[in-house]
Amino acid sequence: MSEQTLAAAPGTATPEQLEYLLRLGDNALILGQRLSEWCGHAPVLEEDMALANMALDLVGQARLLLTHAGQSEGRGRDEDQLAFLRVERDYRNVTLVELPNGDFGRSVVRNFLFSAFQVLLYGRLSSSADAGLAAIAAKSLKEARYHMSHAAEWTIRLGDGTAVSHDKAQAALDYLWPYTAELFAASPADDAVAAAGIGPAWSELEAEWEDLVLPVLAEATLTVPARVPFKTYGKFGRHSEHMGHLLATMQYMQRTYPGAQW
Amino acid sequence: MYTQALDIPQQNADAKPLRAVENAAYQAEFDAKVDAGGFIEAKDWMPEAYRKTLIRQISQHAHSEIVGMLPEGNWISRAPSLKRKAILLAKVQDEGGHGLYLYAAAETLGVSRDELMDALHSRKAKYSSIFNYPTLNWADVGVIGWLVDGAAIMNQIPLCKCSYGPYARAMIRVCKEESFHQRQGYDLLLTMMRGTPEQQEMVQDAVNRWWWPSIMMFGPHDKDSVHTDSARWGIKRISNDDLRQKFVDATVKQAEVLGVTLPDPELKWNEERGHYDFGAIDWEEFWNVVNGHGQCNVDRLAERVQAWEEGAWVREAALAHAEKQAARENAGRAAA
Repeated sequence: MSEQTLAAAPGTATPEQLEYLLRLGDNALILGQRLSEWCGHAPVLEEDMALANMALDLVGQARLLLTHAGQSEGRGRDEDQLAFLRVERDYRNVTLVELPNGDFGRSVVRNFLFSAFQVLLYGRLSSSADAGLAAIAAKSLKEARYHMSHAAEWTIRLGDGTAVSHDKAQAALDYLWPYTAELFAASPADDAVAAAGIGPAWSELEAEWEDLVLPVLAEATLTVPARVPFKTYGKFGRHSEHMGHLLATMQYMQRTYPGAQW
Repeated sequence: MYTQALDIPQQNADAKPLRAVENAAYQAEFDAKVDAGGFIEAKDWMPEAYRKTLIRQISQHAHSEIVGMLPEGNWISRAPSLKRKAILLAKVQDEGGHGLYLYAAAETLGVSRDELMDALHSRKAKYSSIFNYPTLNWADVGVIGWLVDGAAIMNQIPLCKCSYGPYARAMIRVCKEESFHQRQGYDLLLTMMRGTPEQQEMVQDAVNRWWWPSIMMFGPHDKDSVHTDSARWGIKRISNDDLRQKFVDATVKQAEVLGVTLPDPELKWNEERGHYDFGAIDWEEFWNVVNGHGQCNVDRLAERVQAWEEGAWVREAALAHAEKQAARENAGRAAA
């Protein structure tokens, strides 16, 4: 077994590695939570099912990733303790995924921007020195590809649909675009994880992400906003005002009935 | 498929049927097939009343599936564990799937999904009254699986052999998934009953609230029931009261294993009948809810209507984009 594989063996993750794993798990968890809010409220039955299906994929990814994070941490925390019993500051998802769904346009544009990032990230993590993580990434990559293709199709349909849908899609992109900068912001955890061969520093993915995203936005006849000096810090634990409300709902049962089995 | 399904021209539900005179020979052939337990298929001749009855029943069933996504959907974001969240999401997604293939089965009878949606939204069509009760605690999710899906299965298993082929085939798949949901619901409740006193109280509270509405799901007593042609046509093969009795008989034992009390002091085994006797159903409550006065009737429908109206621009965009694509392809072909 190589030194790098040992580095992520149970109970031996460094704080940086744990933070990186939590970031992966929390992104899936929080976007899954948001997408599940669509269930029963989509514009058409097929989309009710598609959005629920993607939420289900993401919750599944979160379960695997948080279980893996808990084992790597070695303090006995399982998926539910990590998902439901941390304080807001300890969640490491990017701000983009915790934003309220908004209309269908905002939800699919977000799915597109984020799933494109996930496709690249899971692609790289499939060859992680952490074998457990590599297996989870390989499985999740297939799901992320489907999410991206679904969201890209809708982004194009809405952008190149009616005047109304174009305006709504453009408004969604204008709103969401600044939040994408956080995906690629440098972090010490990234540097440590990249050095250990466990996963890429997310900043490395920015150019490839633009290569994936920009042609679709062009086909959707949407104008890509200029970068502005807007910064968010969700992945460092400083979230938006929306996060507390999301957690209040999501954690309700575990907080109300501590220690119960479900 | 999606845009095509949306693009079916509006049809006038009251239009005179093309076959204004029902041919006696066709009728005889239809009757013989139904009497022999065979299937009527979409292209076969059928009496207009049979067609209308099926459209009413299948669309009502489809509406029930999609309105039924709401009460359980109410708990997805608060599910107490990730495993339970995943199970519930998958279940509610299944309900949407049932709605989808039931609408498709109804479409084989010459109506469009849009027309059926309009009928739901304008209250011309009904959906199962059970979904007009609120889901108040997490155990409601389990009790809906156990009792509501259990009652639905009892109702639906005979439909797998109903005379209309597309409906019968849809029901085979629906019943398989419903059985799975029922087991999952029961498992959820077993877990809670093995838990803390608070969890046990939640289960009992949910059972108290859902028991009577569940046995009302079988509809009025046979002596008060309309739509009797359904039996002659092979659509309804077992009577309301017989199905209800079967459900009660099966459920009592399950309640004992679970350790909950069914809220009916008159519930007891009748040796002579070989069935459980049970108390009088409050039909006034049943009809109140059917007629729109349940706690959630207004909210459930408003939620469906809101989703539909807020989604209009999305559906229009999908159509507009498909038309643009087709025009571009045509232009490309013309230039070539």
